[in-house]
Amino acid sequence: MTARRQRMILIGLVATGVTVSAALALRAFQENLLFFFSPTQVAAGEAPEDGVFRLGGMVLEDSIERELGSLTLSFVVTDYAHSVPVNYTGVLPDLFGESQGVVARGSLDGRGGFVAEEILAKHDENYMSPEVADALARAEGAAAP
Amino acid sequence: MIPEFGQFALILALGLAFIQAVVPLLGAFRQREDWMALARPAATGQFVFVSVAFLVLCHAFLNDDFSVLYVATNSNSALPTPYKIAAVWGAHEGSLLLWILILSAWTLAVTVGSRSLPEDFAARVLGVLGIVSVGMLLFTLLTSNPFDRLFPAATDGNDLNPLLQDPALVIHPPILYAGYVGLAVPFAFAIAALLAGSLSPAWARWTRPWTVASWMFLTVGIALGSWWAYYELGWGGWWFWDPVENASFMPWLMGTALIHSLAVTERRGIFKSWTLLLAIAAFSLSLLGTFLVRSGILVSVHAFASDPARGLFILLLLSVISGGALVLYAVRARHLTVEGGFRLLSRESFLLMNNILLVVATAAVLFGTLYPLFLDALGQGKISVGPPYFNMVFLIPMLPLVAVIGVGMHTTWVRMSGESLIRRLMIPAGVALVLGVSLPWLAFGQASVLTIIGVTAGLWVVGSSLLEPIRRVIRRGSAPMALTRGQLGMFLAHLGVGIFVLGATVTSSYNVETDSSASPGDRWEVDGYEFVFRDVRQVQGPNYEATEGEFEVRRNGRLMTVLTPQKRVYRVQASPMTEAAIDVGWTRDLFVALGDPLGDGAWSLRVQIKPLIRFIWLGALIMALGGLLAISDPRYRAQRVRVDGRVGSQQAETI
Repeated sequence: MTARRQRMILIGLVATGVTVSAALALRAFQENLLFFFSPTQVAAGEAPEDGVFRLGGMVLEDSIERELGSLTLSFVVTDYAHSVPVNYTGVLPDLFGESQGVVARGSLDGRGGFVAEEILAKHDENYMSPEVADALARAEGAAAP
Repeated sequence: MIPEFGQFALILALGLAFIQAVVPLLGAFRQREDWMALARPAATGQFVFVSVAFLVLCHAFLNDDFSVLYVATNSNSALPTPYKIAAVWGAHEGSLLLWILILSAWTLAVTVGSRSLPEDFAARVLGVLGIVSVGMLLFTLLTSNPFDRLFPAATDGNDLNPLLQDPALVIHPPILYAGYVGLAVPFAFAIAALLAGSLSPAWARWTRPWTVASWMFLTVGIALGSWWAYYELGWGGWWFWDPVENASFMPWLMGTALIHSLAVTERRGIFKSWTLLLAIAAFSLSLLGTFLVRSGILVSVHAFASDPARGLFILLLLSVISGGALVLYAVRARHLTVEGGFRLLSRESFLLMNNILLVVATAAVLFGTLYPLFLDALGQGKISVGPPYFNMVFLIPMLPLVAVIGVGMHTTWVRMSGESLIRRLMIPAGVALVLGVSLPWLAFGQASVLTIIGVTAGLWVVGSSLLEPIRRVIRRGSAPMALTRGQLGMFLAHLGVGIFVLGATVTSSYNVETDSSASPGDRWEVDGYEFVFRDVRQVQGPNYEATEGEFEVRRNGRLMTVLTPQKRVYRVQASPMTEAAIDVGWTRDLFVALGDPLGDGAWSLRVQIKPLIRFIWLGALIMALGGLLAISDPRYRAQRVRVDGRVGSQQAETI
């Protein structure tokens, strides 16, 4: 084999590899995009009916309810314009609490509620996810005029 | 009064950095030796003044000087002393000062280590480091001064974020930064070569130890971060593809590519412009990481600041430094001459494959990290990219990479015969395949295709790395000393890769995780281990109260260990923290975390059995040790420099 032909083979292999992996990567990307919606957006029907997304807002005061001794609980996520009831089974992150910001990953249950697969942790009590802060600000802005 | 000294020292350091940035570069341009000679004293002086500023900040923390705003927001009189030190770099301003301190320490190391380099080259390198330093010092002084006063002074501080009150977090930032910032050195070497318009054959040999050294720190730093996340943050996960993790991981990937590309440039005088581009890219990704973490656009524990001026400034800095470097590259790189070619089956080819695969992986991670930010900036909605994306796009290039590592180690430069390669590697490949298929079945009773591929790949790299050292010992009856330290380091680092792959595969495949509800007195079984919930009690810490659970773990009736996970509430910030209890083992970790009280005396619990998880960090540590061994190779110190600055570089290659 000439050096030139060897080089062409090498380039060909690399190009094929890059193309295949790029195609696979883009597919993986498409499948793993998670959109964020606020309760107002959910109420407006912007969130997918059956598909995973992230719901964010504040945990409504006095809304956390749990059966004694059970890992399942329910609470209401609100942006103070609209609310969505959420169900979750599992261990909660440290800083979950009433009147605290929360982001839940999950999907709608078809009856106006949301089933969370994961409650995302916040890292500090002063800290609010920019997404939640933004959602609250927009809900407030929409209510004002 | 003392904090003002700190600020004053920083301003003096800025002045010296400015001199270091301008005068030596002009001197190199006009061949004025006296101007070039200014580089070293300026760099040394800068280090002294930055150290003074840093010590002043430490002093303020240790003496609870709550008239300093930064101390008041990040410390507390009840904070244990080691954490007061950690608090110095526990938030934005202090961590920037640490960044600068480490940059000036690297610069100081370069002034010492560059004595044998041609004067104009050393002057250019130090000048470029000076430019970076000016940028970061301006950033600190203009937007993030750690010495700002609080008036009236606070009576006590707001305490350090409880998550950061942890031994691993005391050392994680300095080590990680040492790696991150250390990449500025190869970057400066690359810019110096581009400014000179020529790349001397010895250039790669000068650059290699610096690159490996910073890569080593980066490796250990990332491993420490992952370890911390495992026991403190992640409820047992060890990698989350969090944008901040990616921010440190991308420079690591690029640094790894750079190390391999430098090997080719040093030995063969080819891949020159590619190596320069990698050096620029690696440091640019470090700066990008700093931007992502420091600008507050990320949702993360690391994202302290949300002052838009800071984000804008560092974006500007990024574009000036990286943009300038790329423009210079575009103008100058094509003048570099290339000597020699190579055949398809040669070490060069394998190192090229390494580079391509690592760059592809970096690009995929970069895309997944930045895309949500772009979309958000354009007002197109808020999205996040899930870990499955990263797992997939990372595995696609990494699996072939792991496969070629095992072969690449045994190839020779320029060309080699395929037969000898096959003869040599047939046995380790066969053994890896047989064990890779059988071991998971024997140990766990079931195995997926991906698990088998992962275990086989890991064993393959382990076997292939050990092959040569073992062969030397057996055949010649002598110690593997016939291998140079560079070669031994290479084998050792790759051994680390293999061990990491084994750990990551087995942990991801056979991790057992249960969330359950239990009350004191309950006993239940998880994966052959019997857990007994004995008791819950209150415990007092130095600056927190904790609820502590006590769990007995038994296997076949024999008591293995007693685990005491805690739920802490730190007094000042009144924030709860889960402190998991872990029984560490070579083959598995037992992990118990106490959740919330569920009423009726019951608690939510997370119990996990994580097989081989220690291999993940052990592998990283071995990689770093391999790097250490490689830079201790005497040939990096035996540098013969003639008066005209040309260096004899031809060396015979063994293996």
